[in-house]
Amino acid sequence: MSRPTRLAHPTRLAQPRPLHPGAWWAWSLALAAAATRTTNPVLLALLIVVAAFVVASRRSPQGGRAFGFFVRLGVFVVALRLVFEIVFGDTLPGDVLVRLPSVPLPAFLAGLRIGGPITAQALLSAIYGGLQLAALLICVGAANSLASPRRLLRSLPGALYEVGVAVTVSMSFAPQLVRAASRVRRARRLRGRSSSGLRGWVGVALPVLQDALEKSIDLAAAMDSRGFGRRGPTSPARRRLTTAAVVVGLLAVSAAVYGLLDAGSPTIAGLPLLVAGSVLAGGAALVGRRAVVRSKYRPDVWRGPEWLAVAAGVAALAGVLAGGWLEPGSLRTSAYPIVAPALPWPAALGLLAALLPAWLTPRPPLLTTAEAAPPPAATPAEFVGAAR
Amino acid sequence: MIRFESVGVTYAGAPAPTLRDVELAIPDGELALVIGQTGAGKSTLLRAINGLVPHFTGGTLSGRVTVDGRDTRTHPPRELADVVGYVGQDPLAGFVTDTVEEELAYAMESLGVDPAVMRRRVEETLDSLGLTALRHRPLADLSSGQQQRVAIGSVLTAGPRILVLDEPTSALDPPAAEEVLAALTRLVHDLGMTVVLAEHRLERVVHYADRILSITPAGRVVDDTPASTMASAAVAPPVVELGRLARWTPLPLSVRDARRRAGPLKERLARLSPPTAGPGASLPGRKSGPLVRPVQIVTARGLVARYGDVVALRGVDLDVAPGEVIALMGRNGAGKSTLLAHLVGLLAPAAGRIEVAGHQPHRLAASDLMRHAGLVPQSPADLFCADTIDDEIGHDARGRAARATLERLSPGIDVSLHPRDLSEGQRLALALALVLSAEPPVLLLDEPTRGLDYPAKARLVAVLRERAAAGAAVVVATHDVELAADAATRTVVMADGDIVADGPTGEVVTASPAFAPQVAKILHPLPWLTVAQVRATLDASPA
Repeated sequence: MSRPTRLAHPTRLAQPRPLHPGAWWAWSLALAAAATRTTNPVLLALLIVVAAFVVASRRSPQGGRAFGFFVRLGVFVVALRLVFEIVFGDTLPGDVLVRLPSVPLPAFLAGLRIGGPITAQALLSAIYGGLQLAALLICVGAANSLASPRRLLRSLPGALYEVGVAVTVSMSFAPQLVRAASRVRRARRLRGRSSSGLRGWVGVALPVLQDALEKSIDLAAAMDSRGFGRRGPTSPARRRLTTAAVVVGLLAVSAAVYGLLDAGSPTIAGLPLLVAGSVLAGGAALVGRRAVVRSKYRPDVWRGPEWLAVAAGVAALAGVLAGGWLEPGSLRTSAYPIVAPALPWPAALGLLAALLPAWLTPRPPLLTTAEAAPPPAATPAEFVGAAR
Repeated sequence: MIRFESVGVTYAGAPAPTLRDVELAIPDGELALVIGQTGAGKSTLLRAINGLVPHFTGGTLSGRVTVDGRDTRTHPPRELADVVGYVGQDPLAGFVTDTVEEELAYAMESLGVDPAVMRRRVEETLDSLGLTALRHRPLADLSSGQQQRVAIGSVLTAGPRILVLDEPTSALDPPAAEEVLAALTRLVHDLGMTVVLAEHRLERVVHYADRILSITPAGRVVDDTPASTMASAAVAPPVVELGRLARWTPLPLSVRDARRRAGPLKERLARLSPPTAGPGASLPGRKSGPLVRPVQIVTARGLVARYGDVVALRGVDLDVAPGEVIALMGRNGAGKSTLLAHLVGLLAPAAGRIEVAGHQPHRLAASDLMRHAGLVPQSPADLFCADTIDDEIGHDARGRAARATLERLSPGIDVSLHPRDLSEGQRLALALALVLSAEPPVLLLDEPTRGLDYPAKARLVAVLRERAAAGAAVVVATHDVELAADAATRTVVMADGDIVADGPTGEVVTASPAFAPQVAKILHPLPWLTVAQVRATLDASPA
C-alpha cells in the first residue's frame, strides 16, 4: 500500500491533507467580491499578488494549469480593453498622446467614433477597468487551482446531488466534444471533403452530435447499472418539494448577494433576503438528506483551518468595504483628472490578512512517487533481437 | 444464480425477435462465455441479465429473467447493482468521475455503503486488480488495459456476485488482454464469482470458460461445454482448428494442451519442407533477391511527430513497396495511429520527410487525397455523414464498386438503414467499401478487427490480399496476431515512437511470446504460423 510521501519539514500544523474545497472557494469568492468594489490599481495589484502567493504555496496537485490559464486570460482582457479604447474610445477632453487617423461616421452614429485623438486619461481608465476584470478572473483561477470544481461538487448537499452529477458529466463532455470534432474533421478529409464553409461545418457537427448522443447513452446505462438513482423510503412528492425548496433558497441567496455587492441597489433589501434564503435552503437540504440512500466516500472534513481560510477571505472583503466607508472615494481611482491612487489602510490590512491561509492551512498532500513517474515504456528485448 | 425461463426479446420496429425461447441456468461460480456471429444478439443477452434490456434499451421481453431470486421485470438495473456488475464495451464512456479512486467508490456511494466499509473495499479492489500505483491518476490518462481494469473494479466494489462483461479484451493489445483475463480468472477462482462475458477473440478466452452459450443466427441459445461446442462451432480459434485438422481427441482448447498432443504432428512436419516465407513470398520484388530493390510507393525518413511535449514518433524510417501487406503492431500508445495519420496526410510531420505515391500527403488537397491513399480509421463511423447507407454510397460508378465490396464483406445489409444502426463489424465493412471505391494505391487500416468474428475476418483478409495482388500497398495497424500471421507479408513492431522490429512476419511474430500466433506457439520452433499453412503442407505430401 503506497502512502502519500510526506514532506520532511517539521511543521506544527496537522499532517498534509487537502483543505475542504468549500473553504478555498469561499476564500476566493470573497476576494473576488472585494475586487468588484474597487478600481483602485494599488488595491487590485495587491489583491492579485495575494491570490498568486496563496496559489503558489497551496495549489492542489491536480489543479496545476488552471491558474496560469486564468492569468493569461486576465492579461488578454486588459489588452483587449486597451485596444477597444484606442479604436472606439469616447471623446472626453484630456491630454492627447497620439492622434490616429479617424474615420468619419454618418450622423445617425453620433457618439461613436473610430480613430481620432487618444488621451492619457482614456487609456488609464481602460487599464483600471481591465485590471478589475482581470483581478476577478484571477480569483476564479485561484479557486480552480486550489480545489478543483469537481471536488466542490462532491461536497454538495444530498438534495442537490443530481444537479451536481449533471454538472460533473457536462464538464467532462466539453473536452470530449472537442476531441470528437477533430476526429470527424480528419475523417472528412479522408472522404475527400473539405471541412470549411457552411456545408463542411454541418457535415462535422452532425456526426459529432450523433457520437456525443451515443456516448451519453452509454454513460447513462453505466450509471444506471451502478445504482445511480436508487431511492430511499420517501415519497416522490416530498422529494420534489425539498429539491424545490433548496433551489428557491439558493436563488434567494444569489439575489441577496447580488443586492449586497451591486453598489446601485439598496443594501438593506439584501440582508433579510440572504437570511431567509439561507434558512430555506439549509433546512430543505437537511430534510432532503434523509431521502437519499447515498453515502460519501472519504468526505472532506471541515475543521479549524477551513474556518480560518473563510475568515481570511471575509477579512479582505470587510477591509475593502471599511476602507471605502472610512475614506470615501478611495476605492474609485479617478482618471479624470489623473490622481495618484489612495491606499486606504483597512483595505490594505484586510488584503494582507487574506495571505494567512498560505501558512496557516495544512499543505496539500503530494502524489505518491509511483504516480509522479511516467508509465513504464520499456522496449521488450525480444523485438530488438528480431529486427531484420 | 442466473435463470432465463423461455425468454424472448424483440426490439421495437424489428421484423424478428433478437432472442427467442432462451432457457438458461448459470450456477454460482462459473465462467460462461457467450459467442455468436457479429450482430447475433450477444449484447442483448448480457444486458438482459442486469435488466438494461428492456428497462433501458426499450423493446419487449417475454418470459422471465431472475438473478439471485430477483425478477428483472420488477427490478430495474439500479436495484440490481448490488448483485450484478455490468461492464460495457467502451470503459471510458462509462466513467462518471475523473480519478481512479473516486471511480471505484462511485457504485458504493450510490448504494449507500458505510464509509468505513467503502474505504476497505476500495483498498482491497486496488490490490486485487493491481491498480494501487494508479489510485490518484486521472482516468483519461490511463492506457486501455488499465481503463478496462478500473471499469471492472468500479463494479466489483459494490460487492456483486455476478460480473457481466461485453468484449472486455477486444480493444487491447495482447499483454494488456492477458492482464485483464488474469484478473478475471482470479475473481472466479478466489472469490467464486459468476462471470458472463462475450468475446470475439475466442483464442484469448475459450480455455478459461466453464460453459459456452452460443447464439444461433435465429436467436436461440445453445448451452454446452467448451469441448463439445468447439468440436462443431463455425467460429473457432486457431488452436481448435489445428486440433480438428490433426484429429486430436479430446479437442485441446489451450495452447498448453495442444502442445502436449502436438508431438507426432511436429515430427511429421519437421520432415517436410517449411512453408514459403508467408503469403507474400511469391510477389514480384521480394523474389528478385536482395540486390534489386523494388520501387517504393511509401518512403518515410526521420519522421518525427509531437503532441505538445509528448513525442509520438522519434525519427521513423519506413519503406513500403507495392504489393506488400504490412502488419503494424505494438502496444496501445506506441505511435501506430500517429504513423498512419502521417501516411495519409492528416498530420504534417514535425521533422523528416514523407512521400506517398510521389506526393507529400499533407500537401495534397482533400479531393486528390483519396486517389493516392485511403485510411479506414479506428472508429469507422466517423466517415459516415449521410442518413442512409444508400445515400452514403451513392449511385455513380464508384458507388457500384462500393456496393459490391460491401456485399462481399458483410452480406445482406439493408441499405435503407442509418449507418449508425450497423454493428461494429458492419460499420467497418461499409467504411472499407467506401475507401476502396477510390482504388487508392496505398490502403491503410487502423485496428480493423474489433467486433469481427472469424468468418468476417477471413473475408477481410481475402479482400486485402486481392488489393495487394492488384499492386496496392496495404498497412494494417492491429493487435490481432492471428490476422498478422494470416495476411501480412511483413511485420513492423513499434514501441514508444520507434520502430523496434521490421522483417518478414514469420520471423518477427515468433520472436516474441506476446506476439506469436497460437499455431506458432504450439509448433515452436517449427516455422508454421497458421492452420492454412499447416493444411497446405500436409495436403502437398499425404502421409
